[in-house]
Amino acid sequence: MTIKIHARLKSRKVMILCSIIIGMLILITLLAPWLAPHDPTLVNLAHKLKPPSWEYPLGTDHLGRCTLSRLLYAARMSLGYATLIFISALTIGLVVGTLSGYKGGWVDQLLMRICDGIMAFPSLLLVLGLVGIFGHGLKQVILALIFVQWVYYARIIRGMVLSLREQTYIAAARISGSSQWTIIRKHIIPNVLPPLAVMGALEMGWAIMDISAMSFLGLGVQPPTPEWGAMIHEGKSYIRSHPELMIYPGLMIMLVVVTFNLFGEALSERYGVKRNS
Amino acid sequence: MSLLEVDNVTHSYNSKRLLRRKKESEQALTDISFRIEEGTCLGLLGPSGAGKSTLGKVILGLQRPQRGQILFQGHDLYAARIPHKLRRDMQVVFQDSYSAVNPRMTAASIISEPLENYEKLSPAEQYRTVVELLERVGLSETDVKKYPHEFSGGQLQRINIARAIALRPKLIILDEPVSSLDMVNQTLILKLLNELKSEYGLSYLFITHDIKAAFAISDTLGVLEKGKLIELYESKNQFLTSSHPVVTLMKESILANHPRSRSLPTRPI
Repeated sequence: MTIKIHARLKSRKVMILCSIIIGMLILITLLAPWLAPHDPTLVNLAHKLKPPSWEYPLGTDHLGRCTLSRLLYAARMSLGYATLIFISALTIGLVVGTLSGYKGGWVDQLLMRICDGIMAFPSLLLVLGLVGIFGHGLKQVILALIFVQWVYYARIIRGMVLSLREQTYIAAARISGSSQWTIIRKHIIPNVLPPLAVMGALEMGWAIMDISAMSFLGLGVQPPTPEWGAMIHEGKSYIRSHPELMIYPGLMIMLVVVTFNLFGEALSERYGVKRNS
Repeated sequence: MSLLEVDNVTHSYNSKRLLRRKKESEQALTDISFRIEEGTCLGLLGPSGAGKSTLGKVILGLQRPQRGQILFQGHDLYAARIPHKLRRDMQVVFQDSYSAVNPRMTAASIISEPLENYEKLSPAEQYRTVVELLERVGLSETDVKKYPHEFSGGQLQRINIARAIALRPKLIILDEPVSSLDMVNQTLILKLLNELKSEYGLSYLFITHDIKAAFAISDTLGVLEKGKLIELYESKNQFLTSSHPVVTLMKESILANHPRSRSLPTRPI
């Protein structure tokens, strides 16, 4: 009993802390132009690779750009595109998963075999391949990431819909005269979304990592636009003399990913507790 | 023309499995025929696994039988297209009141679901109808905004009943509606069902394993065992005087009112 309450409080503390960090990140993305002391793309070779000072709180990079400003602006890129990928993939997954799970039969077979086909390839390989075919650029990378990601949502949502479909209240709704679309809209989707929100928090971390990984490989966000992965890439030539150029963006990625993962964990823990009672 | 005619319904669950040579099939219903007249209640008795719930599903149009025909008000339920209007005349109350309602909907939205599908009422009218229905089944206006987990099993079953009578149907399939309730609630719900029956001129198909419950509400009785309809009785007396071994066994298993006169069944079911 005491352990349970303690665990609950702990998960609540984690959740509050994570919410604060996520809230701050959102504020940073919204207020970057006002928070950043300098233009993140302003090149000033006279001030290159400066140590931290009042003018440049985190120093400057190899082109004399303000590291802090770049970090703040980069949050926009990472979080913005991660959200875009997450929401697009989730929407496609929700439509496909619901259709597949509820309709069953050949619709289900067809959609699931497509999913199997996509899942058969390692996702990174598939993204690289697609970018290779369609030319590299941010748009292609994002589309490719959505393309490999939606199948996982579709699978999970299909599973949830399959178990929901057997519920007595779905039968009761059918007898009440509700059409298939009414049942999907009123009974299936509302019961699928809450667990998805939990999953979503976990998946956001994944999406951020992927965007950064792609940018690090030089495929995603193109210079001079600041992005954490791209910043690590640019800093890696100076790893011996100025490791902080890689450490700062690396820390940011770590902070964001860990926060989203812990937030997801805490959410699922609470959700589980709620379901048991 | 009877309200509901069930003719030679046969159904079995097939399990198609890959790499399995023989198609296993389990006969759930064999050649079942009966009819229900308007304003009457047929009590369908049978032990667990007799195919009672399968029969309920088949009649509700949820499970197409392999053979046989179900005529509801003279229309074949499994014809190419069931008239949408026909649907509203047959409603259901399930055994498990908790799983029969969407946990994310309020009492009001649960009860108004059939109304939204069939009757185009203004929000105010709909609200009034819902409150009337709630009051009719013994709940109050204060329950309108409550969620299923805030109700007891008996109260929730009342909500299920309210949803079933919302459209003023002709036939309600009661699939063990009182089996998961305590004795007091069983009596109260059966009393409510009896009142509703005479008030709205409803017909019931009352599926149960509880002889006492069936006696409390049914006009005619039927006994189902291992997917077969063994006997049909026009009255309760006919059931009591029946000498069919299954029926005898059922009658023996009813506990007598006084403990001294109780005896345990001699043969296993």
